[in-house]
Amino acid sequence: MSTAKRGKVRVENGRYRLDGQFHFPYPNDPIRNEHGELMGVTNPRDLTHVHMYGGEAPFFEGLSQGKLLGTRCDNSDCEANGSIFIPFRIHCPDCLVKNNIVDMTDTARKGATVHTFMITERTGAFNTLPKPIRFVNVEFESVPTILMGYLSVGEPEIGMKVVPIFNTSKPSYTILDLSWVPEGTDESDIPKGFTFQ
Amino acid sequence: MIKFSEKQLKIPQMQRPVFLVTGGMSKFGRAMPEKRTEELVIDSFVEAAEFIGKTPAELKEYIHSCYYGHFADHFGDQLLGEAVIHDRLGLDPLGNVGIKTGGATGGSTMWEAFKAVASGYSDCVLAMGWERMDEVPTDEGNNYIASAADKDWETPLGHIYTGYYAVMAQKYWQVFGKEEESFRRTMAEIAVKNRGYARMNPHAQGPMDITVEDVLNSPVVAYPLRALDCCLMSVGASCAILCDEKTAYELTDEPLLVYVSAGSHTLRVADRRDMDIPLLPNESPDQYKDLGERFPGGDRYPGFTGFLAARMAAYYGYRMAGIVDPTEDLDLVELHDAFTISDIQSYEDIGIRPYGEGRTYVESGDCYHTNPHTGEPGKLPSNLCGGLIGCMHAVGATGIMQTVEVGQHIWGRWAEMHEDQSKWDRFGRTKPEDWTNLQVEGAKRGLAISHAGVGSHVTATVLVHPEHQLERNES
Repeated sequence: MSTAKRGKVRVENGRYRLDGQFHFPYPNDPIRNEHGELMGVTNPRDLTHVHMYGGEAPFFEGLSQGKLLGTRCDNSDCEANGSIFIPFRIHCPDCLVKNNIVDMTDTARKGATVHTFMITERTGAFNTLPKPIRFVNVEFESVPTILMGYLSVGEPEIGMKVVPIFNTSKPSYTILDLSWVPEGTDESDIPKGFTFQ
Repeated sequence: MIKFSEKQLKIPQMQRPVFLVTGGMSKFGRAMPEKRTEELVIDSFVEAAEFIGKTPAELKEYIHSCYYGHFADHFGDQLLGEAVIHDRLGLDPLGNVGIKTGGATGGSTMWEAFKAVASGYSDCVLAMGWERMDEVPTDEGNNYIASAADKDWETPLGHIYTGYYAVMAQKYWQVFGKEEESFRRTMAEIAVKNRGYARMNPHAQGPMDITVEDVLNSPVVAYPLRALDCCLMSVGASCAILCDEKTAYELTDEPLLVYVSAGSHTLRVADRRDMDIPLLPNESPDQYKDLGERFPGGDRYPGFTGFLAARMAAYYGYRMAGIVDPTEDLDLVELHDAFTISDIQSYEDIGIRPYGEGRTYVESGDCYHTNPHTGEPGKLPSNLCGGLIGCMHAVGATGIMQTVEVGQHIWGRWAEMHEDQSKWDRFGRTKPEDWTNLQVEGAKRGLAISHAGVGSHVTATVLVHPEHQLERNES
């Protein structure tokens, strides 16, 4: 099925504006057993879901611009005051006051380490990452949480120093636009389309 | 939260005792093209009715409200599937509700059913759970399961839940397992044990007579986890009937006291913040002071090595049921062995062993029906049905199936429900020539743990024979 007509969405005045086709119908096929008896039918479908990032949109926009954004609770009445959250949290999980956005790109470049990792050949349907996937969970200085991502160069080890790279040339505007490589990796070795900043 | 108030730590107080009267389950399999979900649900309900000598119609007359566990609308391709099942069971116009908490759906269904009786809203309730995971190819099934991770921050990363889970396994393996070959063999021993016990269970989908070497030679899924370390993907249903005391004794002479508690933690393991370890009744404040010295990296709690939700479910549940030391006070457990390594992690979270020492529960032989080192009964046998690795993980049904299995031991009727040749024949399965009765002799108390995601929801269901009730513990 060609995607030429696949639907696009924009938002104008707080309303969705849809253009193109959002679902493509296919006929059912019968499912029969070895005796030719009807057991069921296939229910094929092809549809596009429209998903909004809301208050997290700056994070995903930031990745496309080579920035790693986190958020910080600045509520002086909150025990979590000063806590920086990556993954980005729109609201503080303790006081629920809206957090402020902080640029953590330099922090990540200077002091990110692999807390744990996993290498797997298995993926679910619709995976777009090259296999095997090297999951890395990365911790940063002064950040209490540990971000999940994937390593694009080398083999992961616990305690390994890593730096972020960003898909800035053809961003997908998803978490896949952020990846990690060992500290000291040459720019010529990182995946096509990715940059250090 | 990383600190808990007294109000949050209050031990749940029921308005009246709650009893498990009966339960049942269908056959479990990887695929069941010959049956609709409602047929499996009815199979389990009929078994529950027959277990107490009732017809389904007679049992239905007692039911006042219904609680339905079904994890994934995606898999069923049917929104509001609970209404379909409720109608097919002929239970309209009774009130009913669907419950979804990922892998803990079955346990959470028990939790809701328990509270409905404890509160006085209903005198008799149905807790029914099911899943059918066979109507999409396995890789699409993995895609669906990965949708239970954070869709923006995790799911696009391979669409493979095992990967999100396995990073914790890797951390535990390195911190507490110290990457020792002996630890890896202990993990494999769990898979051998559970698949071996599944051989005695006609309902079980994954019985295997294997060795540690077979597990160690099976394909790597996500190192150190191999294919035989992982749970099954299943189709099937299970149900339980919970009642107040008066109704329970109308239905049976042998109802069991039931207590259900629940805990939670962040959906994204990435969001975990460090905190003090909430202590169980058999632990002391000083116990973990040197944990980081004994296991470098192990002092970061819950970190990537513990499941706070399981700890909290046990925190509430043990005190509700008066359990101080689970190894001493319980006679058997059914644990959520999604992976062999998470099974070991659970031993610590629920206090069978202290943090860092989970492996000794297996290595001592305590977790076996018959301790392989002594030939004596295991101190606290686990997963005698085969668990998620050997029996099934039809997600919405799992926590209920575990509870029913524990109940059958306390009722002393495990052999009756697993030995009958006609059941093996009906399920199209061959009963092994060396079939062994795994009844835990004299069982009077047991526990089932139901667990979701990377620890987002966990429930603890404790069953107690009424003549062996313990004193509630508020401390």
